Amino acid sequence: MGITQILFWFLSALALFSAVMVIASRNPVYSVLWLIVVFFAISGHYLLLNAQFLAIVNIIVYAGAIMVLFLFVIMLMNLHKSSEPKRNKWLNIAGVLAGGCLLLVLVAALKSAETKSSMAVMGTGDIGLIENLGKALFTDYVIPFEISSVLFLSAMVGAVVLGKKESSFRSEKESA
Amino acid sequence: MHLLSIDWWFLLEKLVLIMVIISLSLVIAMYTTYAERKVAAWLQDRRGPNRAGPWGILQPLADGGKLFFKEEIIPLVSSKFLFILGPSLAMITALLTSAVIPWGTSIHLFGREMPLQIADVNIGILYIFGVVSLGVYGIMIGGWASNNKFSLLAAIRAASQMISYELAMGLALIAVLMLAGSLQMSVIVQNQIDHGWHVIYQPLGFVIFFICALAECNRTPFDLAEAENELNFGYHQEYSSMKLGFYLFAEYINMFISSAVMATLFFGGYDIPFVNEASWGISPNLLALIGFAVLMAKIFFFLFVFIWIRWTIPRFRYDQLMNLGWKGLIPLSLANMVLTAVVMLILKKLN
Repeated sequence: MGITQILFWFLSALALFSAVMVIASRNPVYSVLWLIVVFFAISGHYLLLNAQFLAIVNIIVYAGAIMVLFLFVIMLMNLHKSSEPKRNKWLNIAGVLAGGCLLLVLVAALKSAETKSSMAVMGTGDIGLIENLGKALFTDYVIPFEISSVLFLSAMVGAVVLGKKESSFRSEKESA
Repeated sequence: MHLLSIDWWFLLEKLVLIMVIISLSLVIAMYTTYAERKVAAWLQDRRGPNRAGPWGILQPLADGGKLFFKEEIIPLVSSKFLFILGPSLAMITALLTSAVIPWGTSIHLFGREMPLQIADVNIGILYIFGVVSLGVYGIMIGGWASNNKFSLLAAIRAASQMISYELAMGLALIAVLMLAGSLQMSVIVQNQIDHGWHVIYQPLGFVIFFICALAECNRTPFDLAEAENELNFGYHQEYSSMKLGFYLFAEYINMFISSAVMATLFFGGYDIPFVNEASWGISPNLLALIGFAVLMAKIFFFLFVFIWIRWTIPRFRYDQLMNLGWKGLIPLSLANMVLTAVVMLILKKLN
């Protein structure tokens, strides 16, 4: 077993264990922290595939920005064990059934897939390097790339509009 | 010596380099606290620390010793694991950045060429960004785990400030990337040795980057997370002993590392100004050491400016801070980026 394979198995185990801990943790702050560990493990996988750009952007965007905002919200809501709502027994059963159905669909879909027999080639290929990725994005895939940027812009405008509405509502209320 | 298809000499060499750089950062951070007090005393016409050793030179050791022997208090209601994780994360993220900074050219020892850089990765600048964006966690987790309203408020202030100023910092750096044409730190330094320092081409970018570095290090005038008159003591209110020391110390390490990043990206790194050192014909080892000393001199200059600003300029108000970040620096750095790109394209067409 080479060093790449040892790292692969270690990272896979880490990712799966942390993913289970995300949903198993009682405290939502711990869940967020476990989710950050998952992102790090996945970034490690990207590094093994020689996709350095993807690895570091995954950390910057998900672990560095989105999870900080998650943590923000959870800290401000101040969730405690005492404030946890009592769950309905039937809701739990429904959840188990729905999860089981999803598992069935996933297994059925992946059972006949061709990918199960072919393993990813580690440490080779250089499409993940920033230069090649940039060239591919701005030549072959320039239209999808630009369309997705417009999508982001519309989301941004939407957020600004939502934020504006509330503040004007509040000032009307204050002036009234 | 090959086992598990790893070059063990390579590993050993990097391990030694990592140990040297980390202990160097710690020692310099330690003596920056001394420098801070001495410079403050000088600016305020006082003597400063002068009891421990000649000219008070042992003062940082005495401070460290004191912090180690203080009683360690962990609040009963706080989450103990997160309470300890907070300062540890602050320290780790402060030290991680030093991995991609080129500290000098190569040293030749025992027939091997040893570059004075831990990892010359393809994505050097993005790595720095990644670590900087993780720096928020130490403060946020510590502030929350303290279970104290003041700590939580200070932690949220620090986090929102860091997120706001990261944007302008990144946009200011894009102009540098366009000049250098690479994200790799060694290429950026080599580009400056060949074509002159980036600060000449990017004065505005440097000013924006410097202001953002002040904000990222939580230094005055951006130290709202430690505003005593509003928040008692800030996010480390409940901390005592060396855990408090870690938080205070991480700030000085951050200062040291951000000075190193500024020197590398804008002031030529280990380049000796005004001379062509390659034509001297002295041994490469000596040249590497001289380059390292020059880089250190640049870093010490920035550290002095950091301290100078702290004892000269008062703290911002919170709305002023956010206005400067979002309405001042981000549009300015966007304009700088577009201008750089346009000028570069025009020059390319003319040639």
